[in-house]
Amino acid sequence: MNSKSKYLAYPYSIWMIIFILFPLFLIFLYSITLRNANEIKTITFTFENFAKFFNPIYINVLIRSISIAALSTIICLFIGYPVAYLLTRINEENKGLLILLFILPMWMNMLLRTYAWMTILGNTGLINSFLSFLNLPKINLLYNNNAVILGMVYNFLPFMVFPIYTALNKMDRSLIEAADDLGADSFTIFRKVIFPLSLPGVISGLVMVFMPAVSTFVIPRLLGGGKNILIGNLIEKLFLVTRDWNFGAALSMIILIIIFISIKILNVLNIDKESGISL
Amino acid sequence: MKNKVSKLYLSLVFLFLYAPIAVLVIYSFNDSKSRGNWGGFTFKWYLELFKDRDIKTALYYTVTIAITAALISTIVGTISAIGIYNMKTNRMNLFLNINYLPIINPDIVTGIALMILFLSANIKLGFSTMLLAHITFDIPYVILSVLPKLKQLDKNITEAALDLGATPFYSLRKIIIPQIKPGIITGFLIAFTLSIDDFVISFFTTGSGVTNLSIEIYSMARRGISPTINALSSLMLAVVLGLLLIINKRTTLQVKE
Amino acid sequence: MKKYLILITMLTALILSGCSSSQDETLDIFNYGQYIDEELLVEFEEEFGVKVNYQEYPTPEDMYTKVKAGGTDYDLIITGEYMIERMISEDMLEKINFDNIPNYQYIDENFKNQAYDSNNEYSVPYFWGTLGIVYNTEIVEGNPDSWDLLWDENYSGQILMMDSQRDSLASALKKLGYSLNTTNESEIEDAKNLLIKQKPLVMAYIVDEALDMMIADEAAISLIWSGEAVAAMGENDKLNYYIPKEGSNIWIDAACIPKNADNKELAEKFINFVTSKKNTLRNIDYVWYSTVHTEAEKEVEEFLYDNPAFNPSQEKIDKAEMFRDLGDNLKLYDDAWTEVIAH
Repeated sequence: MNSKSKYLAYPYSIWMIIFILFPLFLIFLYSITLRNANEIKTITFTFENFAKFFNPIYINVLIRSISIAALSTIICLFIGYPVAYLLTRINEENKGLLILLFILPMWMNMLLRTYAWMTILGNTGLINSFLSFLNLPKINLLYNNNAVILGMVYNFLPFMVFPIYTALNKMDRSLIEAADDLGADSFTIFRKVIFPLSLPGVISGLVMVFMPAVSTFVIPRLLGGGKNILIGNLIEKLFLVTRDWNFGAALSMIILIIIFISIKILNVLNIDKESGISL
Repeated sequence: MKNKVSKLYLSLVFLFLYAPIAVLVIYSFNDSKSRGNWGGFTFKWYLELFKDRDIKTALYYTVTIAITAALISTIVGTISAIGIYNMKTNRMNLFLNINYLPIINPDIVTGIALMILFLSANIKLGFSTMLLAHITFDIPYVILSVLPKLKQLDKNITEAALDLGATPFYSLRKIIIPQIKPGIITGFLIAFTLSIDDFVISFFTTGSGVTNLSIEIYSMARRGISPTINALSSLMLAVVLGLLLIINKRTTLQVKE
Repeated sequence: MKKYLILITMLTALILSGCSSSQDETLDIFNYGQYIDEELLVEFEEEFGVKVNYQEYPTPEDMYTKVKAGGTDYDLIITGEYMIERMISEDMLEKINFDNIPNYQYIDENFKNQAYDSNNEYSVPYFWGTLGIVYNTEIVEGNPDSWDLLWDENYSGQILMMDSQRDSLASALKKLGYSLNTTNESEIEDAKNLLIKQKPLVMAYIVDEALDMMIADEAAISLIWSGEAVAAMGENDKLNYYIPKEGSNIWIDAACIPKNADNKELAEKFINFVTSKKNTLRNIDYVWYSTVHTEAEKEVEEFLYDNPAFNPSQEKIDKAEMFRDLGDNLKLYDDAWTEVIAH
């Protein structure tokens, strides 16, 4: 376009420096210093906080968090992509309405909706009451990893659907028609035309779901019954209860690094520069 | 067949999305304070809602901050996304990486970090700090929504416009923005959604009597969430649904004309 | 373009109206959620001609993190005794001028001169309670009276523990006969192992949901605070509460005034206002927690007075321990607890 346009981003870059980078720098400082309640003069730099992480307990927590978040993200993708696609096919007059209806549940407070799920999934909850009514055995739906995954999918699905929807929405129909005319079957059309064109949206969706999923704490706390904590719970405890901000900061930095590495891997796998997410 | 399967699939997804909402609404009529018991049908929580001044204050701040933050983030985010789009790859990637940070960071870390930032600058915590915090975590999502749309732009059209004598600003207004509009709207919706629901970041960046619904709700949890909140949520739902239906009817009528 | 200008002007007006500063004297209160009859706030405003800013927090840890960081201007904070002890030791509180609080004489002597504020200088008790066990009489047989019930394999998968390190470790420590304030590493280690052993029997480590779950018959047994137990028993008459014979925890929530409060005297007046007999009774009616007010206690409704959760025997009270702030030794509990839940 225009070489001058890139300056449009400069005001935001100042904002980022103040409100994103500087606080991040603070966190970084915490992560490399030791807890010292009083004097600023006696700062010692150390990697001790990072070393603390290399404990099987914490590593387990991190692995568990990443796997559950990844699983939830993939499920969101499989459920959400068809939804996004179908939404684009709806006639113009109802499209807007359906989209807003889709996001409307998210305007109800997350804690309330998670409590509602507990009412639905609990042993004396709606589903199990229904099962008992039919004289079927009860299923343990709550306080396990499955409930946490359900909660994550429920809460983050719209974040997957929307970017994909916007990517698919103004897609050039003529491309599909052309492929069809050239003899491609539906699956090939999807694989070679539709999916690649929607890729930027897909990647946005993956980012918008996986990131918060890794660091969320309300969902695992309530739906997981606190039995298998995730890294978000750990960090929250460290900052509030244990008051070990240094270790908490170190853990946050570790998550950051891991996520940046996974983005890099994603990028390498997807050589198409056009969709460049980062790194 | 395809049509029926599609409709069924969408209906199932919507059922999934609205199941907890239905539970919330039903419990707003529960005569018992607890979610574990059904005490009978009552409107009393709706009546109590109107007397509850804390909830009214919280509602006011929640909506005001959500709308304001979403609007400002959408404007700044869209403009910045356009700028980012025009950068060279390396710069772009650097920008994007920093942009992602609020999304990656756990809320508690962002919340406390921002709190420290405001306090060390001697800014008193209150409405403005909460607003600034909300804008900070909203903008990245706006950029994430708008950027893909930008990447799908047909560069030829913009070049053609410029060749025909349009100023960059004109081409921005008349050509680019209309094409990325879905992304802008999506960005706004996501930003609004995030702001309306935020607890941790809001809690640590607010003060002086400024509170929001999420803070109220999380603070209620210890003694049991009062169904007045269910009543409030149901009312909000009804209001938005009503508005949607009205707007939809009007657009349908306009389209038909 | 014009549309945008109008929109922006409207927004600015909206924002500015939101952050207008009041000319009235303002009292800033920071309290647990739903912990006061809000009618009292309105009446206080009218009687004293001031404005009250009332803010709530979910946990004392959230509150502490915010207040410690500075930049907040609360005049009055109501929170748990162990947190008050910590804030006193970190010089975060003002000494209270009790001349402004004549109603202090009605506060039960049992709650004064406690270790967390040994000279009664910084706080005024508000409500109190105990830590105990609530159980469903239809599912649990017999008359349990010990901490052992939480480890009873007959009720595997129906036991609720708290996602709170002090409270859950306390149950284990007390079961083993140790103090719940111990800093003896091997005692804590024993408690930790006991909790790990218990884990397969535990349905969930809940924070606030015990109330709803016990009312719904979702679980058979739960570690719980007396205040919640009273509320649960009020909605589900199959429930019963007891303080284990091995001894338990007694807690007090109290009001305190943070350093550099703008309106210290007004805060003291508020404390006095809220601790009058009439207002205490109204508060009890709303909160249903055990009261510290000697006069008010005499007029409490019978169903509350007869409830062992609301009104435990003196013997049980004598045997109970209060949580002390452990300072740096808290780390021992943290590590132990993290190991239990991450296991």
